[in-house]
Amino acid sequence: MATQHSRSAARIMMAPAVILLLGWMLIPLTMTLVFSFKRYLPLRGGDLGWVGFENYVRFVSSSAFWPSVQTTLIIVGGVLVITIIFGILLSILLDQPMWGQGVVRILVIAPFFVMPTVSALVWKNMFMDPVNGLFAHLWKAFGAQPIEWLSDASLFSIILIVSWQWLPFATLILLTAIQSLDSEQLEAAEMDGAPPLSRFAYITLPHLSRAITIVLLIQTIFLLAIFAEIFVTTSGAFGTRTLTYLIYQRVLESQNVGLGSAGGVYAIILANIVAIFLMRIVGKNLDT
Amino acid sequence: MARAVTTRRKTINTVAAWAIGLLIFFPILWTILTSFKTEAQAINDPPLFLFFDWTLENYAVVQERSDYMRFLWNSVIIAGGSTVLGLIVAVPAAWSMAFVPSKRTKDILMWMLSTKMLPAVGVLYPIYLLFIEMGLLDTRIGLTIVLMLINLPIIVWMLYTYFKEIPGEILEAARMDGATLKEEILYILTPMAIPGIASTLLLNVILAWNEAFWTLNLTAAKAAPLTAFIASYSSPEGLFYAKLSAASTMAIAPILILGWFSQKQLVRGLTFGAVK
Amino acid sequence: MYLKNALCAATALTLITATSAFADTITIATVNNGDMIRMQGLADDFTKKTGHEVEWVTLEENVLRQRVTQDVAAKGGQFDIMTIGMYETPIWAANEWLVSLADLPASYDADDILPAMRAGLSHDGTLYAAPFYGESSMIMYRTDLMEKAGLTMPDAPTWSDVEAAAKAMTDKDNEIYGVCLRGKAGWGENMAFITTVANSFGARWFDENWKPQLDTPEWKAAVTFYNDLLNNYGPPGASTNGFNENLALFQQGKCGMWIDATVAASFVTNPNDSTVADSVGFALAPNKEGVDKRANWLWAWALAIPAGTQKEAAAKQFIEWATSKEYIELVASKEGWANVPPGARTSLYENPDYQKVPFAAMTLESINAANPDAPTVQPVPYVGIQYVAIPEWAGIGTAAGQEFSAMVAGQQTVEEALSKAQANTAEEMEAAGY
Repeated sequence: MATQHSRSAARIMMAPAVILLLGWMLIPLTMTLVFSFKRYLPLRGGDLGWVGFENYVRFVSSSAFWPSVQTTLIIVGGVLVITIIFGILLSILLDQPMWGQGVVRILVIAPFFVMPTVSALVWKNMFMDPVNGLFAHLWKAFGAQPIEWLSDASLFSIILIVSWQWLPFATLILLTAIQSLDSEQLEAAEMDGAPPLSRFAYITLPHLSRAITIVLLIQTIFLLAIFAEIFVTTSGAFGTRTLTYLIYQRVLESQNVGLGSAGGVYAIILANIVAIFLMRIVGKNLDT
Repeated sequence: MARAVTTRRKTINTVAAWAIGLLIFFPILWTILTSFKTEAQAINDPPLFLFFDWTLENYAVVQERSDYMRFLWNSVIIAGGSTVLGLIVAVPAAWSMAFVPSKRTKDILMWMLSTKMLPAVGVLYPIYLLFIEMGLLDTRIGLTIVLMLINLPIIVWMLYTYFKEIPGEILEAARMDGATLKEEILYILTPMAIPGIASTLLLNVILAWNEAFWTLNLTAAKAAPLTAFIASYSSPEGLFYAKLSAASTMAIAPILILGWFSQKQLVRGLTFGAVK
Repeated sequence: MYLKNALCAATALTLITATSAFADTITIATVNNGDMIRMQGLADDFTKKTGHEVEWVTLEENVLRQRVTQDVAAKGGQFDIMTIGMYETPIWAANEWLVSLADLPASYDADDILPAMRAGLSHDGTLYAAPFYGESSMIMYRTDLMEKAGLTMPDAPTWSDVEAAAKAMTDKDNEIYGVCLRGKAGWGENMAFITTVANSFGARWFDENWKPQLDTPEWKAAVTFYNDLLNNYGPPGASTNGFNENLALFQQGKCGMWIDATVAASFVTNPNDSTVADSVGFALAPNKEGVDKRANWLWAWALAIPAGTQKEAAAKQFIEWATSKEYIELVASKEGWANVPPGARTSLYENPDYQKVPFAAMTLESINAANPDAPTVQPVPYVGIQYVAIPEWAGIGTAAGQEFSAMVAGQQTVEEALSKAQANTAEEMEAAGY
């Protein structure tokens, strides 16, 4: 039983983390809010006065806004689907008895250690380049016309690059979950003559549901913010402009801080909608 | 009880797993191989795998252009410093959440995670102005603080889920024996929590090492880490695959090696409560 | 708590560095182009002469632009010298963000700077950035392929000449593409080139009342021509090719022609990097028959000092060193005349040693053919040939660039790209209050 004493001690111990994060959230957020109601153009002299909701109206009514929300959702959703499906398959495979399991695991988790900038550069130049890339060589070897990955299949290419980076993370978490699965239960089911597919559907998958929600939550947090992969590969061209990237263009390329800040506020709202949605699911799963 | 596994089944597993493992690892392997080629060999058609004249020339060129050790050192300090700072703040917080939970604990945890969803580009300008104001631009300290803050939610959460698995009865027993709060933490909790802390530490080092938005925007010459190092190789003149590969290899090698050596520790705590 | 400690530590650090050094350490932000990399390698000479140390922040062009603009606009003071272009200089100077370079010593001989460059880097007649190298654009073509096709390239070709040559040289089975052009989105990438094509077709970005003009027939003709030329005779993946990608292709012998920056001439004729070094010819950028403007641009990468730096004197000394005649001679003595930074000084083109370099004459002629004050056939309210010197241009140009890039990739038609670019430009101009 927690005593009064330990309760107040707990509060004190929690204080630094809470205060720091509160400051980290509130101070820039307040400044962003203030900027978003101003005409703020650094290249034209900075603060040019209050404009009410003009920036907010302009940002949503811009022809680039809805496509960018859609792109964001496609990229986040695509990466989540790929990493979770392949993560489950891969973790089941890695759980099987085999020779050199440790080495295979090392190979599989390696992409997680690679900087996003580096992985984007390597994929863009050495694999997806339509003249000198490895894929182009491969396609030509089979007599096919090389694909112009980053322009003709731009969204798919970015989803592929990001999935490559995040698959190890999903696999690791799912693997630890699978390893904790009671093997006797599976064996019993096997004895009863349950086919592999239904064993998977009725025993393995329910057991993994908690791990899947965790992967979903953590990856979404990071995926909503992806930037380097797009900056390096397409710079937002060919329909790969996410909301984050659109804000970047408004703030840094057009140097319109007011408009960009309004975009930032929209992005926060979108992130929170996603967050509430996710936390409903995860919160349920975290109840112990 | 281990099931009897036929050798045939095991062979199939092994072949499949190795094939997939190598496929996933291939981009990294290819980068490392290319870094030892000349520029002309790097774009050779058909591509050259192992039979080319291995050369260290690219590494020499890259080193001559940018002082690798300096960037490396900054990365080590910033990633290491932010991790240590983060643990100092996060361990007490996670401890109190796990062992003295209140009605609001889960709300606080979720709120902390939601701060991570603040889009960095949206707050770059305010943070930049604050950094100027406080003289923190291009300092390792400034960057260390920022990276600590952006990873703090993840650290707290990871530690919290790990601490929660530690059975509370042990603590109760210790308390009955008259252990003070300090002793409780020092002698009972800490030894049991070490694997979780180690794994959190590793994850945080990796995240901080690879962070490429704040590290690039808040540094110039003095505090620039390896993410800035790679930013000067993204499109040099003419043929550059070999040089790009050498620079990439140099940027990822330290963290890759660290990750491989410590993968057992990393994996052990990387559950986020996924295992019950 | 942390903050306070951090601040103390930071202040202490500044104090130490400020008192212990007699000579300054200056921080220079620069782009990772070949000439700048060479300058880094030679900076020891500067340290030897003046005692000042130099710290480099070398970044890829897009990252550099973003970093220095952010820093100068917010007055971050992270850099003592910034590498900027002709686009930024007059805008920043008008905001009083740059230190005037009018008081450089007589030995520097500022009058020797090419008049076009000096005009482009000045504001109200005062020089604010010193050109490190300058460029126009021209045609670089493969003499061997032209000969094989039985054609000769006139010194001042028209777009029809270019199209005929591209058609004759294209040999897709052997991966030889008649013409390589910029397609990668960005105001400094494809929009630089497309804008010059538009100029040479008689089009303009804005009329005298700042109304966007992308819906005019001239623009449609120019963009249609560019799109057809690149799709029929260009390399695969042209929509993602920028300067560097095309340079690599040309050096590998995969392009028959390449219309791009004059500085590229020294890279494509350098036998160490280029497989076609011996067979490159040069010609003026083309025009459409009957249009009195050619498609050549004008650009300079220049060194400027942001206002408010503590190390103005040392920074000026560095600029003096890096853009001097002596620096050019230093590079010539180490790397040969073909590799000196071109396009900045008149005296370079009067030097008999340099006149022997094959591309020297054509570079000068191209630079002289460009006039940023009258870039178009019809009158315009802006200066700049391949850009529009207003703060909003970077955003407008890049957004338009993305539409044209998608067009080259075949994802939309010329009409769609133009109307989207027109709409977006109008939106941005309205947001800026024109």
